[in-house]
Amino acid sequence: MSKFPKFLMAASVAALTAAPAMAEKLGLGRAATEAEIAAWNLDVFPDGSNLPAGKGDVWTGEEVFAEACAVCHGEFAEGAGNWPKLAGGADTLDHEDPLKTVGSYWPYLSTTFDYVRRSMPFGAAGTLSDDDVYAIVAYILYSNDLVDDDFVLSKETFLDVELPNAEGFIVDDRADTEYGTFTNRCMSDCKPGAVEITTTVVFPGDPNSGTDATPISQAVMGTAAAAAAPAEAEVTEAAAEAPAAEEAAPAMALDAELVAKGEKVFKKCKACHKVGDKAKNGTGPILNGVYGRAAGTVDGFKYSKPMLAAAEGGLVWDEAELSGYLANPRKYMKGTKMSFAGLKKDKDIAAILEFLKSHSQ
Amino acid sequence: MSTETKGTGTSRRGFLKGAAATGAALGAAGAARAEGDPLITEVQEWASGLGEGVDATPYGMPIEFEGDVIRRNVEWLTADTISSINFTPIHALDGTITPQGCAFERHHSGAITLKKEDYRLMINGLVDTPLVFTYEDLERFPRAQQTFFLECAANTGMEWAGSQLNGAQYTHGMIHNMEYTGVSLRTLLEEAGLDAAGDLKDKWVYVEGADASSNGRSIPMEKALDDCMVAFKANGEALRMEHGYPVRLVVPGWEGNMWVKWLRRIEVMDKPVESREETSKYTDTLEDGTSRKWTWAMDAKSVVTSPSPQMPIKHGKGPLVITGLAWSGRGAITAVDVSLDGGVTWQEARLAEPGKPMALTRFYLDINWDGSEMFVQSRAMDDTGYVQPTKAQLREVRGLNSIYHNNCIQTWHVNANGEANNVEVS
Repeated sequence: MSKFPKFLMAASVAALTAAPAMAEKLGLGRAATEAEIAAWNLDVFPDGSNLPAGKGDVWTGEEVFAEACAVCHGEFAEGAGNWPKLAGGADTLDHEDPLKTVGSYWPYLSTTFDYVRRSMPFGAAGTLSDDDVYAIVAYILYSNDLVDDDFVLSKETFLDVELPNAEGFIVDDRADTEYGTFTNRCMSDCKPGAVEITTTVVFPGDPNSGTDATPISQAVMGTAAAAAAPAEAEVTEAAAEAPAAEEAAPAMALDAELVAKGEKVFKKCKACHKVGDKAKNGTGPILNGVYGRAAGTVDGFKYSKPMLAAAEGGLVWDEAELSGYLANPRKYMKGTKMSFAGLKKDKDIAAILEFLKSHSQ
Repeated sequence: MSTETKGTGTSRRGFLKGAAATGAALGAAGAARAEGDPLITEVQEWASGLGEGVDATPYGMPIEFEGDVIRRNVEWLTADTISSINFTPIHALDGTITPQGCAFERHHSGAITLKKEDYRLMINGLVDTPLVFTYEDLERFPRAQQTFFLECAANTGMEWAGSQLNGAQYTHGMIHNMEYTGVSLRTLLEEAGLDAAGDLKDKWVYVEGADASSNGRSIPMEKALDDCMVAFKANGEALRMEHGYPVRLVVPGWEGNMWVKWLRRIEVMDKPVESREETSKYTDTLEDGTSRKWTWAMDAKSVVTSPSPQMPIKHGKGPLVITGLAWSGRGAITAVDVSLDGGVTWQEARLAEPGKPMALTRFYLDINWDGSEMFVQSRAMDDTGYVQPTKAQLREVRGLNSIYHNNCIQTWHVNANGEANNVEVS
């Protein structure tokens, strides 16, 4: 197997042979500073180059993982809902529907470190310390039975770990296995007889309607017809569902500027919580109407035990309670499912409360 | 807006009401039919009254009757719309240019709001002078302009396991085709200087975005210097937020994941990073469990966009336009064949324009439909001599666990009523 993709050895070397050094420079841009390069140049390579200083052990990793990752990836990295599983799947790659995880599929440990450090946790990328990243990666290795529970991951031990599928990849070989074969442009008598249907469509209807019996042509046209007056239908529906008590409540005065600021802060929450007409429960419950609502009452959301207990105790999400919860969720309610570090700035809390208020009337 | 209350002429409803009042509704309606279509024989409101003035919509949207020509996602495919995909309504479009507003989206950490003033592009690594550009800097380099398709490697991926979703939008809609304006990547790399990189043959560039996912990919230097573009306009106007405003990378013919949005950094390297998106994702597992990596090019492919499940034939037998799209990431489309009998016989379709390299090509086949059932297929050829394969041919080489790079021939079963369904055939 060649180490380099085939196309690079083919005809088009012209791009490389032109002499870039001779190109006329325009003098645009400015020199990047070392601090700037260090801030963005985070890539870690399979040979461990460009790893930062630091270390993390499995047990610290378990704690950090529970706090920062488990809400989507499960306490044991086994995955939650439709979110990626990070552990398991050993020896499934040649089976039907292989389970591809860090342990079963990823070739390089550097990829895990690089990705966790630059892109995780979802909605709060770039907030983990390098030690935390080492610890999380150590825990993911442990979850895949690849290291013992006393393992400490650091720059020094990084290359001690080889992932099981390190040798499982080949460079694109379509030029050898496909391109020479897929050349037959048959025009007639290309199949021995009349063709028959071998597989019919699994989801014949609109894939979002849940009513597979409806032919898609009708389902789509139905959508078009309904699109003429969607706003009206939704308003009527919402009005019909609104409890009488809410109707009687006086509308809260809103500070539009603060609402807009709150919408920005809400980006930290969006990965798990939705608001608006189309909102559905996700990792967290929908937040329409949360301001002033009794806790733990969104239909169809599975709350944590502590949240249900608090609801039983009569918790209502007024300004004081929401502020306390959002400032430090885990301190406010031990055992809450909400894996969020909290809003450190009072003005962010004020803004988000105003935003939630705007979705509560 | 009403089309009936304005105007002083005899509206259709007024005419019928008047007829009913005389107790001769049916006869009068019949007479109206015999005399001609009231849409023609009567002065219509829009032909008499006035329409909207200029500036009624400072930035125009499609007319309300086109409200169903929109991107759609499939809710249960992914955990969250923030890291998800939707589909271009290719079934309802014609020509080759995809309007930005209905061009499919794929985000890994959501579409971010990044102002031009806050935009920075860094070039670092094995270059003579690591540089930082502002958006204004980019506008001062000599510009390039060309039209390219962008196809997600996972387009048609669901169909690998059989006929799954019923519509060209869902099976083939992770594609768009736009006219890009920007600066060639080569120009920017040369501005930073490549002497420090030495022999360029085994060098790479790593590209990453400014969003939380950063979505980094390693690209061989040869491709970087050949035809990649740092684009800031599409179809003449600024990129849309969902497509990477203000600046994205264009990697002609190669899988969409490499077209990094909100491009913030280009690093010249002596080896690939082996990032998440080029190891754990966008790799192709074969039957024996080994996986292909660096499968960048999108092979020649085509699909009939109408008739198709979302575009049934409603006019009955007689003249019928069969149309679709063809493209190749390895060159220009030279021909497209269409089969109406599931691949037993083929006839060459008419290309609306000669194929352009790594851009969509529109094809037409005008037939006189006799009202009998059809198994409609299309097959693309490109200038490398490649012929688009069947799903069976692909499965024979790759097994059943592949996801990406499914460029198989698609079959729509059209019944006598003109309704179309996604099927696989023998």
